[in-house]
Amino acid sequence: MISLAARDIQHSWAKFVLTGLGLGLLIGVTLTMAGVFRGMVDDAQALLNNSGADLWVVQKDTQGPYAESSSLKDDVVRSIAGMPGVAMAANITYFTMQVKAVGGKEARAMVVGIAPGIAGLPGQPGHLLAGRHLTRSHYEAVVDIKTGLTLGDKVQIRRHTYEVVGLTRRMVSSGGDPMVFIPIKDAQEAQFLKDNDAIVNDRVRTAANPAFNRPAVPGMLDAVQNLQTSSRNVNAVLVRVADGWSAERVAEPIQHWKHLTVFTRADMEDILVDKLIATSAKQIGMFLAILTVVSAAIVAFIIYTMTLGKIREIAVLKLIGTRNLTIAAMILQQALGLGVIGFVVGKVAATIWAPVFPKFVLLLTQDAIVGFGATMLICALASTMAIRVALRVDPAQAIS
Amino acid sequence: MTYQTGGIRIENLRKVYGHGDTAVEALKSVNMQVSPGEVVGLVGPSGSGKSTLLKCLGAIIEPTSGRMTLGNEVIFEDGWKIPDLRTLRRDRIGFVFQAPYLIPFLNVTDNVALLPMLAGIPNEIARKRALELLSSLDVLHRAKAEPSQLSGGEQQRVSIARALANKPPVILADEPTAPLDSERALSVIRILNDMARLAQTAIIVVTHDEKIIPTFKRIYHIRDGQTVEEKGEGRSLD
Repeated sequence: MISLAARDIQHSWAKFVLTGLGLGLLIGVTLTMAGVFRGMVDDAQALLNNSGADLWVVQKDTQGPYAESSSLKDDVVRSIAGMPGVAMAANITYFTMQVKAVGGKEARAMVVGIAPGIAGLPGQPGHLLAGRHLTRSHYEAVVDIKTGLTLGDKVQIRRHTYEVVGLTRRMVSSGGDPMVFIPIKDAQEAQFLKDNDAIVNDRVRTAANPAFNRPAVPGMLDAVQNLQTSSRNVNAVLVRVADGWSAERVAEPIQHWKHLTVFTRADMEDILVDKLIATSAKQIGMFLAILTVVSAAIVAFIIYTMTLGKIREIAVLKLIGTRNLTIAAMILQQALGLGVIGFVVGKVAATIWAPVFPKFVLLLTQDAIVGFGATMLICALASTMAIRVALRVDPAQAIS
Repeated sequence: MTYQTGGIRIENLRKVYGHGDTAVEALKSVNMQVSPGEVVGLVGPSGSGKSTLLKCLGAIIEPTSGRMTLGNEVIFEDGWKIPDLRTLRRDRIGFVFQAPYLIPFLNVTDNVALLPMLAGIPNEIARKRALELLSSLDVLHRAKAEPSQLSGGEQQRVSIARALANKPPVILADEPTAPLDSERALSVIRILNDMARLAQTAIIVVTHDEKIIPTFKRIYHIRDGQTVEEKGEGRSLD
């Protein structure tokens, strides 16, 4: 028996291809939305992977350093480094800002303060595409290539200018912003220091306060003012656990004795993936649901219209003894054919335009498989309305 | 090629639409007999019951009472005697419509071969049979064409070939010449006569086409749901 559906598609291929193209673009958008969500999750996981840490030590009762602000004194790292099971510990600061290259280029970036000159510490960029790691204590930067900066470029961060000495990749924040690594002292200053006017105003206020400005205690005012202008805070201490130790076992005494909050890798994933991007994920989920409904409605409408255009042929087919099953199969196969064309177009379109997106879009094969299954299911369901109409066609309609 | 034989006989066929006060008696008492190889005309004014009779003969609607015999088999007697009307239509009744209603996405050969294929005949044999029919109807040269590429007369010849494809004992032709000019209309009637003779098929042509009515040797007039048999002119088609 010949395939009526295949013959019909072959006969009016231009109509099918154009319809499939339109549907495909819609499917492409759906796949891309899924890719945007996957990209967000991947960005969050890349942030954790690239940090090279097993534990994140943060201010007590906060969910820092990524989801909430956290502030620790920078000497805490020394005591943590001495705790049992700690192989390496490093201070780190994170803050997001608009980084401007001298000469014009501008990028939203996460500025990360790391200890320079000590390779392999947690928080350091994992590998470089070009250039070298930070070696000096000031005014050098290693940047992710997504910033658009190149070796030798100069960038302005707050008051100072930094030279790009190294390029890295896939070092991004949980929001997908590329990272700019600078020496921690500079980062502390950039993050916590006030501007000159504020410093002058504070000094005047402190000097006017008799509690600090006591003639009987010389040097007290200077000490207080120095304290106000110095920055000894970091956002977190990243810890790498020694071989043979579990992260939980190392975390417990730090939490207990240092009165700090410690997160393991699993805790951090929970914070980043389940909490930080939860709202965005729901937002994308809503978009996906709406796009699915719209796709289903479009397929249903197209197949329904195409079937209405063949009522007379269907009546003839029924009159000459074609089984209802054969007619239903023809409509179902056409709907599935349309779905296949649409999916192929959508997958190709998503693959082409995904790299153009400003944030990372991760198109997973498993999503494509699920998407294909969903497309076929939607097309099958969408064809039921047209099949119902076709099965109700009276063969007598073929007779004048 | 062997064909099913036997013709069709209709006795006291009655069809009533609706019930009680709203009942409409479309067919009161229809009696007809068409022998194998014979072409008869069925003529009547609008609303006389032509379409209802055609639908009853085509096993599309169920008559209220009466008897229909196809070949030697009673297919209706106060109810259908054959459980599967779809198969009955497919295998034992051929249809030719006012417009050819060929399936636009199948080529000429497959339009004709579709019926045998639906009946479970292998594609190759069905296509071979289709080509034989197209050859006998003088449209073999259009075998690979799409219906939209054919002239009106060619389309109608293909639809006749389709009606003959399962070698039915009876063909119902519903206004087959309505859209055609005189020459083509007579050509279609000539073909139907030739096919009836060749295939020993009984053909009932429903028409009110004045051009072709004189060609029938026997005509059934239907008025107010009743048939009256009349001798036709039987004008030569040569």
